[in-house]
Amino acid sequence: MATATAISASPALSVRGLNLFYGDFQALKDVNLDIPPRKITAFIGPSGCGKSSLLRCMNRMNDLIRTARVEGEVLFHGENVYAEETDPTEIRFRIGMVFQKPNPFPKSIYGNVAFGPKLAGYRGDMGALVERCLRQAALWDEVKDRLKDSAYKLSGGQQQRLCIARTLALDPEVILMDEPCSSLDPIATLAIEELMRELAPNYTIALVTHNMQQAARVSDYTTFLTVDDQRSGYVVEFGETGGIFSRPKEKATEDYITGRFG
Amino acid sequence: MGGYERGNFNSRLILMGHSYARGPSANWEGLHSLTEASFTAPRVSREDLEKRLLSGSRAERGTETAIHLLLLGATVISIATTLGIVFVLVNESFRFFQDVSIIEFLTGTVWTPRFQPSLFGVLPLVAGTVLVATIAILVAAPVGLFTAIFLSEYAPDRFRRIVKPMLEILAGIPTVVYGYFALTFVTPLLQQYIFPDMIIFNALSAGLVMGVMIIPIVSSLTEDAMLAVPRSLREAAYALGATRFEVATRVVTPAALSGIVAAIILGLSRAIGETMLVTIAAGATPRLTIDPRESIQTMTAYIVQVGFGETPQGTTIYYTIFAVALLLFVMTLAMNILGQWVVRRWRQAY
Repeated sequence: MATATAISASPALSVRGLNLFYGDFQALKDVNLDIPPRKITAFIGPSGCGKSSLLRCMNRMNDLIRTARVEGEVLFHGENVYAEETDPTEIRFRIGMVFQKPNPFPKSIYGNVAFGPKLAGYRGDMGALVERCLRQAALWDEVKDRLKDSAYKLSGGQQQRLCIARTLALDPEVILMDEPCSSLDPIATLAIEELMRELAPNYTIALVTHNMQQAARVSDYTTFLTVDDQRSGYVVEFGETGGIFSRPKEKATEDYITGRFG
Repeated sequence: MGGYERGNFNSRLILMGHSYARGPSANWEGLHSLTEASFTAPRVSREDLEKRLLSGSRAERGTETAIHLLLLGATVISIATTLGIVFVLVNESFRFFQDVSIIEFLTGTVWTPRFQPSLFGVLPLVAGTVLVATIAILVAAPVGLFTAIFLSEYAPDRFRRIVKPMLEILAGIPTVVYGYFALTFVTPLLQQYIFPDMIIFNALSAGLVMGVMIIPIVSSLTEDAMLAVPRSLREAAYALGATRFEVATRVVTPAALSGIVAAIILGLSRAIGETMLVTIAAGATPRLTIDPRESIQTMTAYIVQVGFGETPQGTTIYYTIFAVALLLFVMTLAMNILGQWVVRRWRQAY
């Protein structure tokens, strides 16, 4: 019942009547969604259903694609992310993102974590901030003696945790994770999943994954998307993860989860 | 004919070690046993393998050899030319250095080979070359870098597709045109608005126009280096709230730095070697100066002057041009080696 109250509490992000177009192609159709605060919400669905695109609508990363066009609203603290007066860089300070492939900068480990705060004009103790973020990302013990080393000397899993630390350094409210484990081995995947669970009480996490076991293991809520005849993505079902996986309301969800489709 | 071609194709695949070279060819069985053998028996040497595989078709071997020689010949032409030039430069310079000591040549500050007393201090020519090249790179490096940042980070694709070829046309304009542009347009302009008492032949306008001339080299290579920076790094920076300008200056430029430095060094070595523009616009007065308003003479311009003058072969003056050219060659070679070293040293793997 606690989760039910969480849902009714004001959502971290609300998506209202969102349509996404790439040129003439409609990638997302009429998405309505409330993402509960300080929980992990997973997005699952077949390839090409627009789950990554939906995630990228939330911090306006789709702005970078020239042909992309968004209709509808994404509300963050009641403000429309897509409003004329909204500064997308402000939004991205507060809504962080972790990508499919670890993408550290060709800088030192320290330099990677300090990158965001420097941009934001952070004036506090940078060393302490870097340490705190690396600890939060469960990476500190492995790198504390070589903060000046290139980030590329780290393993793939360590690089991904560094990218998470880099995101945490801006102290975002929401962290968007776009298949963060898809290029990692099972052990590194497990480490990232544990990390997500540790972060969940303090951060709202939106997790795109093609791995249904991962969604079932780590998320509190699950959104299932699929495509219609025009290959446009839409939300089929949203609910508590336990419910989605044990008693899906929609036939399409059940088919996907049981492996009959996708 | 078809059968011949297929045979050729198969044997090439076999040489490359592809085991899927499966065809309706009798070779297949032979290959199979060969690969088997190479695992169990002592290794077959490559020469031996090639011999055995090709022994069935002498015609094939003949064509292969001919192609091999043709390709080798093409490569040898440029290498042989370079070596030949170096040989002539060193050889003729050697005769010069029998008359004039290397020390005097490299440290002397007066260059008057055609007057009495004849002095052979090359420094005024080196200074003229360095002065013009420095002005040029001061123009080309920032403008080229900003152009590259604009084209790779700001401009829409369509704009880039139109502008890039136009920039490359700039590189295709004959240098004699740039020379007269400097002499008949830029110099009067500078005289009219900035330096009224500047003389007609001067290092400044030659350097400025040369800078414009090498912008395409710098911007094109810099842009290539920037486009090679993966999109994922740009996305990472944008996702951390970076503006377009911050992405360009704090992520893309540092990541492409080795390529940018190499582009600038290449532009600089082009400026050092440029001849026609400075011959026309910079003057013919060897002078040890850093004042760009003065008339100077570059190393290349001196070589042209003596080469076109009526200098009898075998005289010391005649041999000066080889000594100057050798020094010029060493300078540009050093720049290119430096450029390659920078690329290797600062290359960032991503």
